[in-house]
Amino acid sequence: MMTRPSRYVPVLYILFLLLPIYWLVNMSFKTTNEILGSFTLFPREITLENYITIFTDPTWYMGYVNSLTYVLINTVISVLVALPAAYAFSRYRFLGDKHLFFWLLTNRMAPPAVFALPFFQLYSAVGLFDTPIAVALAHTLFNIPLAVWILEGFMSGVPKELDETAYVDGHSFWSFFLKIFVPTIAAGIGVAAFFCFMFSWVELLLAKTLTSVAAKPIAAVMTRTASTSGYELGLLAAAGTLTIIPGAFVIYFVRNYIAKGFALGRV
Amino acid sequence: MNKTHDNKAWLFVLPVVALVAFNAVIPLMTVVNYSVQETFGDNVFFWAGVTWFEQVLQSERFHDALLRQMFFTFSILAIEVPLGVAIALTMPRKGPWVPVCLVLMALPLLIPWNVVGAMWNIFALPDIGLLGRSLNALGFDYNFTRQPGDAWFTLILMDVWHWTSLVVLLAYAGLVSIPDAYYQAAKIDGARPFAIFRYIQLPKMKRVLTIAVLLRFMDSFMIYTELSVLTGGGPGNSTTLLSIDLVKIALGQFDLGPAAAMSLIYFLIILALSWVFYTLMMRNEQQ
Repeated sequence: MMTRPSRYVPVLYILFLLLPIYWLVNMSFKTTNEILGSFTLFPREITLENYITIFTDPTWYMGYVNSLTYVLINTVISVLVALPAAYAFSRYRFLGDKHLFFWLLTNRMAPPAVFALPFFQLYSAVGLFDTPIAVALAHTLFNIPLAVWILEGFMSGVPKELDETAYVDGHSFWSFFLKIFVPTIAAGIGVAAFFCFMFSWVELLLAKTLTSVAAKPIAAVMTRTASTSGYELGLLAAAGTLTIIPGAFVIYFVRNYIAKGFALGRV
Repeated sequence: MNKTHDNKAWLFVLPVVALVAFNAVIPLMTVVNYSVQETFGDNVFFWAGVTWFEQVLQSERFHDALLRQMFFTFSILAIEVPLGVAIALTMPRKGPWVPVCLVLMALPLLIPWNVVGAMWNIFALPDIGLLGRSLNALGFDYNFTRQPGDAWFTLILMDVWHWTSLVVLLAYAGLVSIPDAYYQAAKIDGARPFAIFRYIQLPKMKRVLTIAVLLRFMDSFMIYTELSVLTGGGPGNSTTLLSIDLVKIALGQFDLGPAAAMSLIYFLIILALSWVFYTLMMRNEQQ
């Protein structure tokens, strides 16, 4: 049923995806002179200067540390609180369950641009401004609903007989939940964590609004550098290239669950 | 699944409700608060009623931004959904290339949004970018920082680059869940490829495609970072979508009242349209 030329469609698509990334990586190895002075498809003199600057200047490399810190805190919080909630949605019917589920999803729909200023005021008022925790908590706004949604999909795929058999075997609720249920949906937890990581890692507006100096994320370091020191494209490209690496690393780990995970467990 | 009715399940949802309420309800009330008051600075506020809402709803600026937003969202949906389905259909189902394809395709989804903007900026610059330079060499007069048409072309191409993979991965997940027996039955019946697509593959993908449309709709309505880095809403106001306009009013001009009123209208539009998609999706799931 597959005609021959159609085989090349995914290949062409992947080439299209890789072209801008190639250009970014290409730029990151060029000197500023070469970038501005000539048009070359690959660097004539490969320079590591841009990378050296990033790894030796604390304002740069601390950006990565800060970003990874709040992303990891956010992922842990989101998945931990979403687990029992998703279990409740998948196993029980309770007062206002459907409305609550939609209300949670509406927070996934809230444009960060709407919340930027109120978030700034809220987190300044509680004294968390410019800490990784502020960003981690702010990102739970859209990550918790997503984690609940994904986990609920995976949990609904587990037959209820599993729960009942465990109780008959004398497990208490928590012993069943932690020792049997959580390992059963491990793939779902992995996928939920992947999505939390992804959306927290790529978001900039809130992360930038809620930090100033101490917890500045890499994305904010990049925008500020780009605007203050003029045209340091090579440095910007090197910093951009480095932000792709954690993502690529995380995708590699979930590669076997990616397809099912993107369907939020609902296939 | 038949669920047990038990209100104690609320205890399980309580931590989520507490955290999300802290993050959503308090800021939302702040916005509501601003939207009905007038201030002359110094934290002195006066009741303004629905003045700001009227002002926003009647302003041409808001109408223009909303129209541009609609145009953007529907263009990218019209491109990304069919393209994503087409790519998913042509992808191999088995073999060593599957994980390679999936990992490479997922890559754009994990790049920080400002890097996506910066990358496309560098890629499309008419003098030193690969895309801009190539287009000009081919005889097109391309300059996305000067010409509105080119800015739109670059913006839509960037979004297609960034998000088509999401549709591909969702559609692919739907496709691999179809048992081989279905295809064999179709072969015996002598079904043509189009019939297989129409009666076997499309129905199986319906559910995941609704998720794809819902997610793409919501996210494209909220697009801010990539756009602000790529064009900043320019040239002129030609690519100023809702969120760019909102940030200009709220943080640029510090007109808190109108910005808050606009925020609420903006949020309500997304909410209303998402509600439609969500209801459709839940109806599908119950079938």
